[in-house]
Amino acid sequence: MAKPMHPTPNLDQLETGPWPSFVTGLKRLAKEKDYVVDVLGHLEHSYQTRKGYWKGGTVGVRGYGGGVIPRFTEIKDADGQAVFKDATEFHTLRVMPPPGMHYDTATLRQLCDIWDKYGSGLIALHGQSGDIMMQGCTTENVQKAWDEINEMGFDLGGAGPAVRTSMSCVGAARCEQSCYDEAKAHKAVINSFLDDIHRPALPYKFKFKFSGCGNDCMNAIQRSDMAVIGTWRDNIRTDDELGKKWFAKHGMNELINDVVSRCPTKALQIKDAGSVRKDGHISAVALDGKQCLEIDNKDCVRCMHCINVMTGALAPGEDKGASILVGGKSHLKIGGLMGTLVVPFMKLDTEEDREKLVEMAQSIIDFFAENALEHERTGEMIERIGLVNFLEGIGLDVDPHMINTPRTNPYVRTDGWDEEVAKIEARKKAAA
Amino acid sequence: MAEAQALRKAVECGVPDNDKYMHPTLLKNRGNWKYHDRPRPGVLHHVAHSGDQVWSVRAGTQRQMDTHTIRKLCDIAEQFGEGFVRFTIRSNIEYIVADQNKVDPLIAKLEGEGFPVGGTGNSVTMVAHTQGWLHCDIPGTDASGVVKSMMDQLYDEFKNEQMPNRVHLSTSCCEINCGGQADLAVIVQHTKPPKINHDLVANVCERPAVVARCPVAAIRPALVNGKPSLEVDEKKCICCGACYPPCPPMQINDPEHSKLAIWVGGKNSNARGKPTFMKMVASGLPNNAPRWPEVNEVVGRILRTYKADARPWERMADWIDRIGWPRFFEKTGLPFTKYLIDDWRGSRANLNASNHVRF
Repeated sequence: MAKPMHPTPNLDQLETGPWPSFVTGLKRLAKEKDYVVDVLGHLEHSYQTRKGYWKGGTVGVRGYGGGVIPRFTEIKDADGQAVFKDATEFHTLRVMPPPGMHYDTATLRQLCDIWDKYGSGLIALHGQSGDIMMQGCTTENVQKAWDEINEMGFDLGGAGPAVRTSMSCVGAARCEQSCYDEAKAHKAVINSFLDDIHRPALPYKFKFKFSGCGNDCMNAIQRSDMAVIGTWRDNIRTDDELGKKWFAKHGMNELINDVVSRCPTKALQIKDAGSVRKDGHISAVALDGKQCLEIDNKDCVRCMHCINVMTGALAPGEDKGASILVGGKSHLKIGGLMGTLVVPFMKLDTEEDREKLVEMAQSIIDFFAENALEHERTGEMIERIGLVNFLEGIGLDVDPHMINTPRTNPYVRTDGWDEEVAKIEARKKAAA
Repeated sequence: MAEAQALRKAVECGVPDNDKYMHPTLLKNRGNWKYHDRPRPGVLHHVAHSGDQVWSVRAGTQRQMDTHTIRKLCDIAEQFGEGFVRFTIRSNIEYIVADQNKVDPLIAKLEGEGFPVGGTGNSVTMVAHTQGWLHCDIPGTDASGVVKSMMDQLYDEFKNEQMPNRVHLSTSCCEINCGGQADLAVIVQHTKPPKINHDLVANVCERPAVVARCPVAAIRPALVNGKPSLEVDEKKCICCGACYPPCPPMQINDPEHSKLAIWVGGKNSNARGKPTFMKMVASGLPNNAPRWPEVNEVVGRILRTYKADARPWERMADWIDRIGWPRFFEKTGLPFTKYLIDDWRGSRANLNASNHVRF
């Protein structure tokens, strides 16, 4: 039995209503722990005064420079003593989850046991970078908790100017739209940068995210410095049986309004079965005995919309791989930036393919480490130096897939034009 | 020395392999799935090329979970599921079962224990959110409380698939926007420059780093009362709070003047149009803990308007693309103020360079 609760009139109001309540969960922990009694008092004080009262500091585990988010109370009385004496420290351990965030119950129970023993008993599944957030620990217990978590086979994630914990979608484990083995790529890349995760020494954070198709369930293009997004080069696969089943259920109006007219590149047409084009880049799925949906795969940008609507009837092709985008980030400092496509397609089937991905990541991080200003993200650095300088720095050739439009102003010195053309011609010849 | 040697050394094992945590049917059919459908809201049914099938039952959680809640979710997985779960990016839990007969009892048990089943397809799914007052060192508001009050209001929309397309929500407790892009986001918007505690700056802050952090070069080193400190050109200051994390004496959070803004139209997917960033459509809402009724009124109003007006498969951004911003403001009744006209770098690309006008 813990000490009596502080009055929490504000938090009490978050126990009503149908959605699961984190306050109810904290109160249950507070029955056994003085620590959580004071965490609730601390939070209620924030609700009453509408301000936060945790400050950072330096707490870590042996051998690592990151992975623990230290928090010390700032609610002090006139003599500088903590008002909530049993919750003066509320550190978080960021733990990297398995790719796809799969768990068996034994593992979750083991994490709970460790956290009941050493921490507050509060675990967030998961943080915005994908970490298992073991929230609420004293400085004294951080190392003890970490030792047991590490013994389970888990490792700490990133914090500060470091490579950060990554996320990958459920992907190949359960999704028919997966275009590469996201978990294997995730693991291969992240486990090549453990030193950059555990010992922050980069200009600023660097995030990888792995999505298996253009639906980008991991928000990789918007949120990661290097986004690996699944795609394919050959034709959309079709299944006539599932096509007919879809059409029988949904009909022509939905086919036109929800599928054909929503294709961003007008790659879809409805055709009589006999008049479907025979070219190698055409796929067609049967709708009934008479009509087909025809797809011109040269026009298709692999956006996923028609496949999302007609799942199974349409599916990604067989020559699968991924596109790479670089430089996505959120607001600070110059405003949100999307990633920019720098590799239209690469295979990710084999260990060798994944090794190439790791090498590219390494060259990008090396360039970032050397050229970014302090607290500058990769996207901001590219904006400052220009995409071409970045590409030359990491050894990638320019490609028209990288742009929305060519330059719209004349302000560029072009006296190297002939040499550039000669290089392109030489490359073409070498490839032929 | 002897003691030092006894200390355990970290095993830098990195990201664990997920094979041992995966449901056996997922492991067996990895990379070989054929299609999926949704027999009811909250349930995904996946069929593999091998003919194997799995059902995933998705339920909402509070994300910040106590160990009792996690153990209860584990009990349910062992007694009603098959012992394997996974979590989505939006903190929903998924129970994976290969036996269809387990689906209905599993749903009944989850609902009975207070975990709503839903969040699939064209529903409003759980809010991606931050830490807020509970744990963050720079929060302008709470996160879990805002989320709880939002999801209480949107409970039925989570449990049903009645929206035009999926609706992703996020909340962020400062303008850094750790909650991320979403169809609809709630983000703190400060309205006053930081109040500087000049007694502390010299000891706490690396002043050149703070100067460099300001997006509009409004911060200068200064001597105040004979002590090295910083000063802010308040005419230039955009009240973003970027100086606060590296220099806590530059207090940006204010119970009265830190407001909440609403943003719409972020789209992560490449489906149909390219991914989009969200746009600010309302601000000045009070930070009214513990239930933020003013914020929830606007959130509810935008979502109701979208639900009634958008066509099937239109995400928030697609819908606004079709109807245009003037009608968005007209239909939602939100005031279009001068603060919503972009004047940041690249802003002219956000202005109308045409005579395209919908009458």
